Amino acid sequence: MSKFDFEHEIDIAWCPGCGNFPLRKSIIMALNELNLDPTQVVFSSGIGQAAKMPQYIDASYFNGLHGRGLSVAQAIQSVNPKLVVIAEGGDGDMYGEGGNHFIHNVRRNPNLAHIVHNNMIYGLTKGQGSPTSPKGLETTVQITGVYNEPLNPMALALSLGATFVGRAFTGDIERTKDMIKKAIEHKGYAIVDIFHPCVTFNKVNTFQWYKNHSFWLDETHDPKDYRKAMDLALDTERLALGVLYQKEDSIPFDEAHPVYREDKTPIIHRKRDIAKVNELLK
Amino acid sequence: MKDSLTIVLSGEAGQGLQTIEEFLVEALSKEYYVFTSKEVMSRVRGGNNTVEIRVSNAPIYALRYTIDYLFLLNKNSFYRLPKRLTKDTVVFGEENFVTSEDKEKYNLNLETFELTKLAKEAGNRLFANTILFGYIAGMLKLSRHIGHELIEKRFEHRGEKMVLANQEAYDMGFELGTNYHMPKTIEKPESVPSYKIIDGNTALGIGALAGGVNYIASYPMSPGTTVLMYLANKGEEFGVLAEQAEDEIAALNMVIGAWYAGARGLATTSGGGFALMTEAVSLAGITENPAVVHVAQRPGPATGLPTRTEQGDLNLVVYAGHGEFPRIVLAPGKLEDGIHLAQRAFWLADKYQVPVFILSDQFWLESMGQMEPFEVDDRYLESFVVKTEKDYKRYDWTNTISPRGIPGYGEGFVKADSDEHDESGQITEDFDVRVKMHEKRLAKRELLLEDYQQAELVGPADYKQLVVGWGSTYGVLKEYIETTDQKDVAYLYVKQPFPLPLSMKSYFDQAENVVVVESNATGQFTNILKLELDVKVDHRILKYNGEPFNIEEINERVSEVLR
Ligand SMILES: Cc1ncc(C[n+]2csc(CCOP(=O)(O)OP(=O)(O)O)c2C)c(N)n1
Ligand code: SF4
Ligand SMILES: [Mg+2]
Repeated sequence: MSKFDFEHEIDIAWCPGCGNFPLRKSIIMALNELNLDPTQVVFSSGIGQAAKMPQYIDASYFNGLHGRGLSVAQAIQSVNPKLVVIAEGGDGDMYGEGGNHFIHNVRRNPNLAHIVHNNMIYGLTKGQGSPTSPKGLETTVQITGVYNEPLNPMALALSLGATFVGRAFTGDIERTKDMIKKAIEHKGYAIVDIFHPCVTFNKVNTFQWYKNHSFWLDETHDPKDYRKAMDLALDTERLALGVLYQKEDSIPFDEAHPVYREDKTPIIHRKRDIAKVNELLK
Repeated sequence: MKDSLTIVLSGEAGQGLQTIEEFLVEALSKEYYVFTSKEVMSRVRGGNNTVEIRVSNAPIYALRYTIDYLFLLNKNSFYRLPKRLTKDTVVFGEENFVTSEDKEKYNLNLETFELTKLAKEAGNRLFANTILFGYIAGMLKLSRHIGHELIEKRFEHRGEKMVLANQEAYDMGFELGTNYHMPKTIEKPESVPSYKIIDGNTALGIGALAGGVNYIASYPMSPGTTVLMYLANKGEEFGVLAEQAEDEIAALNMVIGAWYAGARGLATTSGGGFALMTEAVSLAGITENPAVVHVAQRPGPATGLPTRTEQGDLNLVVYAGHGEFPRIVLAPGKLEDGIHLAQRAFWLADKYQVPVFILSDQFWLESMGQMEPFEVDDRYLESFVVKTEKDYKRYDWTNTISPRGIPGYGEGFVKADSDEHDESGQITEDFDVRVKMHEKRLAKRELLLEDYQQAELVGPADYKQLVVGWGSTYGVLKEYIETTDQKDVAYLYVKQPFPLPLSMKSYFDQAENVVVVESNATGQFTNILKLELDVKVDHRILKYNGEPFNIEEINERVSEVLR
């Protein structure tokens, strides 16, 4: 048995054949290959099928509100930068309900990995359109097909100055694992948008569809090349997988924040000097 | 005999009224009893703002409505104030600050006061405030050196020249003020204890620091923002991570995340912002995650009167959040309690793993008064966080309060869940577990009442009539009790309006006549008293125009309903 997995059987709430299963494998492999101490890893998730992931990984987690996983993760990481923090959720969770936090945490550049399960649909609530649903997709609400323009998370993150922008597809467990490892290792905010089929509600963006419409970047791609990354992100016909962009000299939130400028001790480990407080009462 | 003067400075935003207020309150406090407050319009420049300074020969804690000396600082500064004048009020200002119609209509005692001209004589228009400071100091026969010392303290960092020039301007005003013959005066008290001058905002900031706050995430909204600015300014020195959130939803979720990881977090906001936080309040409830939120009330609904005061959000904090879970609401009314209750809020949140609200309001936050100096101790820094063992269960239900671990401290995992969960923190849909977990959370309500912040009785213990108030009405009601001729009335100052222990009923059982005073239109606390304690309230005195209660109207409205 590997670390981060359970000794006993667990009852998993996903549908058979769902892309979340191979993704779970990739995440557990990544954590093991990075040789992380499970007590130092924290997941923070919202609500959705994707957001249930932390339930099935043996580590600490805060399974909070729909849309707010990133806010909680950012705070955890900033009060104790020694922890490895992973924010996780679905496309509805992270790009819809949590869209504002996505935008502003790109600006903050917290040192965490942001894993977004992008099945282009709302799974848990039974098949409504998501912010990434392609035009024309017939859903339980957009019954004649989605008519709004889909959100492009990669281009949005890049335009906001994200320091690590990556995409993966659960059809390749190994490479998805590698992407997750890189995101965790990145110093700063690292988003990995992960394509995975929802076998129950999305009959268009199937395993085969993702396979046909995506390709993995090879060594010829230079992730430091911002403009190239943007070109790749804007190409919605052939969807590039891999690290689209990684900034080299990324300064994460905790290193930029004045409270850590002089003193690197996590704030949770600092002692309050009551005599100093009493000075304020003089 | 207790006597007081009300001096009002009326000008516009951006004129530096706050600086004069700070100077005056510090200086006056050395030789008088003093209380000041301001009322401002919701704009950065222009409009009409006033600073209210009340000076007395005995302790005071509230505002008087009628003005004795009114200083007009520009043309626009009179029109809102005629209601507050008496036939004896003296109005200082330049000739054209009041129209001739108004002069006649209100039969004003005008005293020409050419501040702009004086400042030019002193060498710079910017000296106007210092001259005015000197004038009022001279008028009230303050020892001259007090002003000199304060000016030195404030302008020291800008060089000696600056200090001297300001002291000269002060002297110029002081001379003129000394020579002015005041129609209404008060005796200087023989001596005044050495007080700390403080406003509610600073009291809360200091209290939070003494309660161990080391994290604040908030989105600006008046009047809650000052606490954010205060702690951000103290951040590096005290190790407080201050972050401006993108919205209030983020703010409270961040604060919850910070507590989960072992910090002591605070979010500060006003009613509108708090409304956005309510889902996260409920999150704190089910995850049994501590959280502290400062809700600084202003009149609603919606944007309401952004810079005015009200006690209209008690129901909001008592009922905020879907589902059922316990919480604590604290409402400081005394400056000391701003410190004390803020300290306690963090300790209570940690101890009982519940959301704790500090409910204040614009008037209380922004008025300055004299506080007897005291020292805080570290009792509220006591941490309830445990080191986890390998098989740690976050929601162990052996006891009502499960020991709270934090990630990274110990061998165990800390699994917190907003879904209903079992002892280990895993999602469950088992109805029996649900019932047991829900009852465990709700049982904290009885437990946390063991630490109920007792109310304070002001006045005779053998009272027959009882006036009840919560939070910021403290000053005016205390002053009422101290000055009224009615000898059988006492005032109950409630510091924790929710939840209430049944033992509090005895205060009401003793009273033949109960009067509740609150700054809202529906008597929110009165209703809570009925619901929680099943007591009878005979009269409600309510106010909701956006202004705080003043002493005259309390005198009048309370005596109307007393027997
Ligand atoms: C405030 C709030 N609004 C709505 C919901 C209902 N809800 C739960 S999950 C979800 C969307 C799920 O879609 P996604 O995030 O893409 O996750 P998936 O199930 O597809 O993995 C919604 C709308 C909620 N839990 N909370
Ligand atoms: S609904 Fe879709 S995404 Fe959710 S578990 Fe089933 S297949 Fe997976
Ligand atoms: Mg989805």
